[in-house]
Amino acid sequence: MSITRQEIEHIAKLSRLALSNDEKVLFTSQMEAILKYVETLKELDTDAITPTSHAVPMENAFRPDSVTPSIGHERALLNAPDKNETYFRVPPVIE
Amino acid sequence: MQLYEQTIFSLQQMLKQRQVSSVEITKAMLNRIEATDSAINAFITVTPEQALKDAKAADQMIASGQAATLTGIPVALKDIFLTDGIRTTCASRMLDNFIAPYDATAWGRMKVQGAVLLGKLNQDEFAMGSSCENSAFGLTRNPWNQDHIPGGSSGGSAAAIAAQQAVATLGTDTGGSIRQPASHCGCVGLKPTYGRVSRYGVISYASSLDQVGPMTRDVTDAALLLGAIAGYDPKDSTSVDCPVPDYHSALKNDLKGMKIGLPKEYFIDGLDPDVQKAMDQAIATCRSLGAEFVEISLPHTNYAVATYYLIATAEASSNLARYEGVRFGHRSETSSGLIDMMMQSRAEGFGAEVKRRIMLGTYALSSGYYDAYYLKAQKVRTLIQRDFIEAFKSVDILLTPVAPTPAFRIGEKTSDPLQMYLSDIFTIPVNLAGICGISVPAGFSKDGLPIGLQLLGRPFGEESILRAAYSFEQATEWHTKKAAL
Repeated sequence: MSITRQEIEHIAKLSRLALSNDEKVLFTSQMEAILKYVETLKELDTDAITPTSHAVPMENAFRPDSVTPSIGHERALLNAPDKNETYFRVPPVIE
Repeated sequence: MQLYEQTIFSLQQMLKQRQVSSVEITKAMLNRIEATDSAINAFITVTPEQALKDAKAADQMIASGQAATLTGIPVALKDIFLTDGIRTTCASRMLDNFIAPYDATAWGRMKVQGAVLLGKLNQDEFAMGSSCENSAFGLTRNPWNQDHIPGGSSGGSAAAIAAQQAVATLGTDTGGSIRQPASHCGCVGLKPTYGRVSRYGVISYASSLDQVGPMTRDVTDAALLLGAIAGYDPKDSTSVDCPVPDYHSALKNDLKGMKIGLPKEYFIDGLDPDVQKAMDQAIATCRSLGAEFVEISLPHTNYAVATYYLIATAEASSNLARYEGVRFGHRSETSSGLIDMMMQSRAEGFGAEVKRRIMLGTYALSSGYYDAYYLKAQKVRTLIQRDFIEAFKSVDILLTPVAPTPAFRIGEKTSDPLQMYLSDIFTIPVNLAGICGISVPAGFSKDGLPIGLQLLGRPFGEESILRAAYSFEQATEWHTKKAAL
């Protein structure tokens, strides 16, 4: 399993990670080694096997649709890197 | 015996009989932290003012006859648990200044009982690691030998017990993160069945695998602490609504009639000779207590690590998308525009292992690779779970090593992530299957490093593994040994 630099850059973009050149080089070789290792799963015939997404079988967890107190603006904005009154402030989205 | 060496159970009696106050115990623990933590670095944040305030309140609860299991007991939490009004970092630069706006349910339940919070413990960043070396706040050292790692990711939670800095701690276990550090630090660590303890307010790593559990000096304390935190929580839709038994009364000192399975895939040639020796002795001890041993097979064991590193990283890549520098956490100063701000914030806030796992998970979920990696891993997860279901048809519990070796040296595996991942080979299958497991002290290596024994039970079979662990503990003296500090 070989990974190209273009692939690493594509994955980094999907991951929203600005990687340095050194990180790209390092992650390429490390991810190659890890992906080579996980290739061992291909030895198993799983065509007839149902996937498990959750260890405990569960139906949907429903609750009554009732109004309860929420965390409130002040607490919700407590850790905001930047805010304006009751809003989170972000850099311009549309230039 | 010093106050800081006591257990929950013994302190409970002492508090009840007014031999000591919670303020006295808390001061003893805070002094101990002060004296030892420059060497160990188990704590990210110590909260002395809050602790003394909590202790005073606990003493009043006791005086007015309202004492519960944890009233006045000083504890500490892995820094992955949200603690209302207290800094919660998850050992990441991303959350360096994050003040939790509410309590995790597990901690909230302890707090209501009057437990005293000493502070927040070091860990691998976002619980990703097996050595506590991936922390933005420096590594934690093993109190038994400071050149060695304490295990991870709940390394601070285990080291704080071994260094006698807290009476009990909470950890989280996604692939062995409670049991492996407990084994490496000579304490008891219990990973409950998935769904037994609420995950609400626990910073998510891999949601289908993460579980909260107690780390304590002995099995009795693990039973007491589990009883305090377990149970359904409407705020965690994956917590299971089934009654919480009295775990303390399950601690019978007797293994008669208990059938214990030995999975042959866990007793391999590569096992460290000291670990092998400890396992042989433990089997002999359990046999003398009346247990019957049967060799069983968990045929898909060798595929567990690969399965885990696809499922856990896929879930992590999704869970960690929330750190975008908008609502909380680090925001880069050097960005142009929204998307660039997110990319720079994440680049600056996350450490190398977290980035690597986000990348791997994103890859496994990305177009063209989803079926080959993520879906394949979910199918193999089914096979691993079936192995355990099959095994538990013929035995009550399983006995295995926790880790293939005692605690390795600091720096030994940092340059090779795959080698680091493989150190979790005996703990990872348990999370994939969602069953429960406990690590109990079972000996020492020639170099004086602790070795743990792992007992595995059926889903919601915590009583069986606690009983077996308690019987083993009562027949041995490993849990009474203390690290020289």
